[in-house]
Formats: sequence, C-alpha cells, structure tokens
Amino acid sequence: MSDERLVVRKTYKLYIGGAFPRSESGRSYAVVASDGSFLANAALGSRKDLRNAVVAARNALAGWSGATAYNRGQVLYRVAEMLDGRRSQFADEISSSEGTSQEAAAASIDAAVDRWVWYAGWSDKVAQVAGSSNPVAGPFFNFSVPEPTGVVGVVAPQSSSLLGLVSVLAPVIATGNTAVLLASETRPLPAITLAEVLATSDLPGGVVNLLTGQVAELAPVLAAHRDVDALDLTGAPASLVVELERAAVSNVKRVLLPQACEPDWAEAPTPRRMLAFLETKTVWHPVGL
Amino acid sequence: MSKTYRTDQPEHVVWEYSPAPESRSIVHLQSSYGLFIGGAFVEPVDGDSYRTENPATEEVLAEIAAAGLRDVDRAVEVAGRAQKTVWGPMAGAERAKYLFRIARIIQERSRELAVLESLDNGKPIRESRDVDVPLAAAHFFYYAGWADKLEHAGFGPNPAPIGVAGQVIPWNFPLMMAAWKLAPALAAGNTCVLKPATTTPLTALLLAEIIQQADLPPGVVNVLTGAGSVAGAALVAHPGIDKVAFTGSTEVGKDLQRALAGKGKHLTLELGGKAANIVFEDAALDQAIEGIVNGIFFNQGEVCCAGSRLLVQESIADTVVERLKSRLSTLRVGDPLDKNTDLGAINNADQLEKIRSLVEEGEAEGAVRWSPSCALPAHGYWFPPTLFTNVSPSQSIAREEIFGPVLSVLTFRTPEEAVAKANNTTYGLSAGVWTEKGSRILWMAQHLRAGVVWANTFNRFDPTSPFGGYRESGFGREGGRHGLAAYLDV
Repeated sequence: MSDERLVVRKTYKLYIGGAFPRSESGRSYAVVASDGSFLANAALGSRKDLRNAVVAARNALAGWSGATAYNRGQVLYRVAEMLDGRRSQFADEISSSEGTSQEAAAASIDAAVDRWVWYAGWSDKVAQVAGSSNPVAGPFFNFSVPEPTGVVGVVAPQSSSLLGLVSVLAPVIATGNTAVLLASETRPLPAITLAEVLATSDLPGGVVNLLTGQVAELAPVLAAHRDVDALDLTGAPASLVVELERAAVSNVKRVLLPQACEPDWAEAPTPRRMLAFLETKTVWHPVGL
Repeated sequence: MSKTYRTDQPEHVVWEYSPAPESRSIVHLQSSYGLFIGGAFVEPVDGDSYRTENPATEEVLAEIAAAGLRDVDRAVEVAGRAQKTVWGPMAGAERAKYLFRIARIIQERSRELAVLESLDNGKPIRESRDVDVPLAAAHFFYYAGWADKLEHAGFGPNPAPIGVAGQVIPWNFPLMMAAWKLAPALAAGNTCVLKPATTTPLTALLLAEIIQQADLPPGVVNVLTGAGSVAGAALVAHPGIDKVAFTGSTEVGKDLQRALAGKGKHLTLELGGKAANIVFEDAALDQAIEGIVNGIFFNQGEVCCAGSRLLVQESIADTVVERLKSRLSTLRVGDPLDKNTDLGAINNADQLEKIRSLVEEGEAEGAVRWSPSCALPAHGYWFPPTLFTNVSPSQSIAREEIFGPVLSVLTFRTPEEAVAKANNTTYGLSAGVWTEKGSRILWMAQHLRAGVVWANTFNRFDPTSPFGGYRESGFGREGGRHGLAAYLDV
C-alpha cells in the first residue's frame, strides 16, 4: 500500500458559449506527451460543435464589440492576472506536451502573460492609430474608425501551445471581434486550461469559443461557414491552406495566411494581427448652421 | 421655353428646355486604338479587336485592341522591369512630381475627358464634367503628395512597394476608377497594368496619352484593353503580378478570390452593394428628397454604393413617396451630352437586360412598380427612373444589386428596426441617414455595418476619404491614408 495520494485528474472539454460541454458527438481522443505517454483524453470536436461555437460567437458579438474599449481592456487585463495565477498548471502541461524543461515552460508563460497585457492595452488605442479624420473638400466632418470584422475563425499554432495560442487569440478579441478557435491538435491541453482562465475573468461567454479535435476535419467547416467573417490560418497545415482559402470565398472572408513556418512567438509583436481583422468605417457628418 | 401640365401629375409643372448639347468636337476619336505597353501604343500580338459603342446611340466609336495572353505577358514583363529599374528606386519626391503632372494635365484636358467619358459610358455630361473628371484629377493630386512621405504614413519606417499591380476596373466610372487604382499604386512605388472595362476603354486610353505627355517612364503604367474573361483573367493570375486590385461585381470578385487562392498575391476587392438610405421623420424633407434621388439616380444607378433600398420611417412614408414621384417626373432622361440631362443611357445591352429582368421579377413578386411617363430615345440602351413600393425585404429587388435606376421603398418604425433592416444583406458598402438629430446620426453610423455612412448627403467621394466595403462588398480601402496600405507591403 502506497501512501501517495491518488491525483484527481481534470476532464478536458470544449469551451462554447461560456460553458464546458463534451463533444456532442461523444468522441474523444488521447493526448500524449512528447515522450508518447498518455496525458489525457480531449474532446474530439465535431462539425456540430463547431457550428454551435459559431452561433455562440455571433451572439456574443454585439455585446463585446459594443462594450467600451476601456471595459474590454479591463477584462483582458483581468485575463492576464488569472493566467499568471495558473502558471504551475500551465508549466506542467507545456513541458509535457512540448517536451521542454520547466524553466523553458516558465519563460513561455511569462511571455504569454506579457503578451496578453500588451494586447489588453491596445483595446483603447487601436482606434487612434488606425483611424483618422479626413480633410474632405466640402462642409463635412469626415472620419474613419476601425471596427471589428466580426466572428473570426482561428486555427491556432500547432507547436507553441500557450504563447503561440495567446499571440493569435488576444489580437482578435482585443479589438472587439469574437473568436472560434481550433486548438493545436496534438498539444491542446494548455488551450483548455486557458479557456478555464477566460471563464473566470469576466470575459462574456461566447467571446472566445475553443474546440479541440482534428484540424483537417474542422478547419474546412470553419472556413466555409457563412457566419464566420474572417480566418486566421496561422496554424493550418500547408497541405490544407489552399483548400481553406477557397472555402473562405463563400462570403468573401478576410484571410490571414500562415507564414512559411511557425513564427518565433518570442519576437516582439506588431499591430499587424489586429489590423488584419478590422474594417474601416468612414462617416460623413454634415457641418452647418 | 414652354411649359406643359402633365396629366398623370396634374399639380406638377414640367418645364421644357431647349437642347443644350456639349459639343463633341473637342474629342478627336481615332478609328482604332492599340494597347498601351512600355510607354507606346502597340498592336496586339494576335491582332484581335472589338468595337466600343456609344450606348446612347449604338454608334460605333472606335475599334479597340483586344489583348491576348502574349500581350499580358509583354505588359507584365515591362511593368516588372520598370518597377525594379526605374520607378521603385526613384526618389519619392520625383515620383510625386510625375503624379502632380498627371493631375495637372487631367485638369487641362478636363473638357475633352468629360465629353469622351459621356460618349463611351452614356453618363450625363453634368456628372462626367462635375464629378468623374475633377475627382480623377484630385486623386492624382492627393496621392502625389504621399509619394515622398510614405515613411510618415504609419506603416513602419521603411514602407516598401509590393511590386507590379494588376488592376481591373468596371465601366461605371471608367476614368475615376482608373485614377483610384493608379494614383495610390504609383505613389507607393508600384508599377501598374490596368485593364479597363470592355465597354468603356476610351478614357483609359486618353489617360495613357496624358501619361505620355507627362513623360512618365515607359512601362510604369500599361493599359490592356480587351475582354475580362481573357485579358482580365490572365492578368490577375499572371505570376509576375504581385498585387491584384479589382472593382466590380461580387460574383466576379469571388471568382477572382478563388482563383488567387494559394498564389500568395496581395488582393483588394471593391464589390457590389445594396445600400440602405434611411430617412427619419424629422429629416429636412426637401434635402432628403434630393438626396434620395441623387442616391439612386446618380449615374443611372450604376453605382456600387447606390442607395437602392430606401427605408422611410412609417409616419412620413406616404408623403415621401408622393414627393419622390413628383420629383422623378421632372428628371430628364436623354442625350448624355445635353447639359440638362439627369439620366443618361444604360452602359450596355447586357446591363439593360439585367435591369429589365430584375424589375420584372419585382413585379412578379408583388411589388408595385412606378415610373414617370417619359419618352425614351429610339436607339441606345435606356431605362426610365423606377420606383417600387409594397416591397418586402425578402423580394429580389430588395436583396439583389440591380445596378440601375430602380429604387425599392421599405418602411420602418424605430431606429433599431431601421438598423436591422439595413444590415439584413450580405453586402456592406454604404448607407445613408437623414435626420436633424446629430446624436442619432452617430448612433446609426455606429450600428450600420457598412464601410461608408453618409449623413444628410449621399454618393459623396473625396480622395482623402477611405472608401470600401464590409462583408461581401469586399475588403481593402481606396482613398486616404488607408488607401496606401493596399499598395504597400505591410
């Protein structure tokens, strides 16, 4: 008889509309560590789960995009605080799935928290950088403001399970979009733990919806879905990209294409990822007595 | 001047005007035109050609070269060379001066451009003279000034051009669209291959002549006339093209986006629209009636951002419809070159057929069609100003882009309902709001999913003002600082 206490394991589920359902399909798949050992069963998200996630993201859009930029910044900063408080759990998940040392995992968590803080601060600044007043030749006050594109489908990076994930998700929602995100297929556990952070951070349900499962099964549905307004294909495998781009044409989605190989997420970010999912609205307001 | 009392509108007086045609003698049409490649007009390799006609008379204006695949190769090659060896390396201040020159020559030859535009497109001379040509010059003038200030434009310290731009433009604003495409591309250091619309090549070719007069280095701008399905398709797919800019229908835009999947080219699309023009009960009605008319009948309604869905607050709907009918009865349809003409010819037979079939569909679906009694010329392509009442949001005339002088009238009760109806479309290019309440203007502007919102005005354009769509109206902006982003490698 061992005195060692039996660990209470976590059930990893999907995150849709602020709740943590299992896949409606009842399917799951085994997630293994970099050494091949069993880590957990993750939900194998289905097409139906994905469609539910899009509905949740669409329903959350009016509230999130209509919130004040200050409020969004506050909520996102709160996410960073909660993220920081879960570092030991993230460290275990990152080091086991990425096969890195605890020190390296800790460094990537530091960077992820800092990244989240960086984007939190952008929420009430991006309009000043991306907007303008336009000196038209006539009696009008003419101004252009950036507005969120809407529901953004994100294929998260396959390798960097937390820092990469945060680096693609935060810019999408900082500006008022809502997201349907496909987690790294083989390293999904930090993503679900991030969902637990989001769920306890005053982020309204549905702003972020996170699915685990097979990218090849879910990404084409996401790309073709007519109620998804834009796509970030950063984590899409090269073999799928052209097919996904074609599917995105159904409703003229804005598509952010992946780079040739997964970026070095430790590099300093730029506003590029935010600008990819913003529309510019120009208003002509009359001037007169 | 005499006046007649019309029987259908007994209270309304219609003044007869004497004809006031603009002379077409200022335009020197050649019998045939070549392609503009490498700074010279050249014959197409395969020697194909087609005819462009005056849509108001069906008179053939000129024989136009039809570019084939080898011509596309040739144009893209010289554009690539010019970008790498001349235009890209040139100091921004020098590029600026070339663009200022072009703006000035457009102004100097404005009358000629306006007459030619009205001849080839069918639009009223009043519009080509007062809108198309001045805006074309203004766009070159505006972007000229950016050419040497790019590092201060907010796109990083070393903004770089993309390379060679393949630009495909529509027939509704032939010269203005050419200017919207060329000016920002050139300012940013790209070179261009422009494919004008098949039915309206003449002002683009005159612009090519202006570009020659400005001594723009050969190959920096090339103009390929011909069919969209041949020259246009080959151009955008050409491996030497780094950036594609397209203005046209959503249908063709989607084909293009699909064709470019996996090619890694930069792409901007300015596509169709079905704009709501929303009139509240407190609106200044005289102004609003003029705005509604301008919103849908400007350029015969052949405008992607046309206010083709009128949303009127229920309490004033009857009044607005009555006043619109009265105003429509005074619109003058006819000779595009007559300075009194309000509505010119529909640009081409296919478009006229499309308008007719959508209007018939509207009637078949139960909407009530009305047009003033107006005599249409015997030759050419004409459609009278048309208004539909009893329209429901599900009918095709309320959903599909007609691209003609056809207005669908719907009603609403509350601002929330107006927003919901306005946004109930797959498009999102523009919208109009008419109210005397400033806070309501801005509330509406916030909630309308459209790239341009006009308050107490409609169909206004300015080179400093970013223009472009949400949703299936496309992506990317033209005009303003934002318009530069479409031509910089950012």
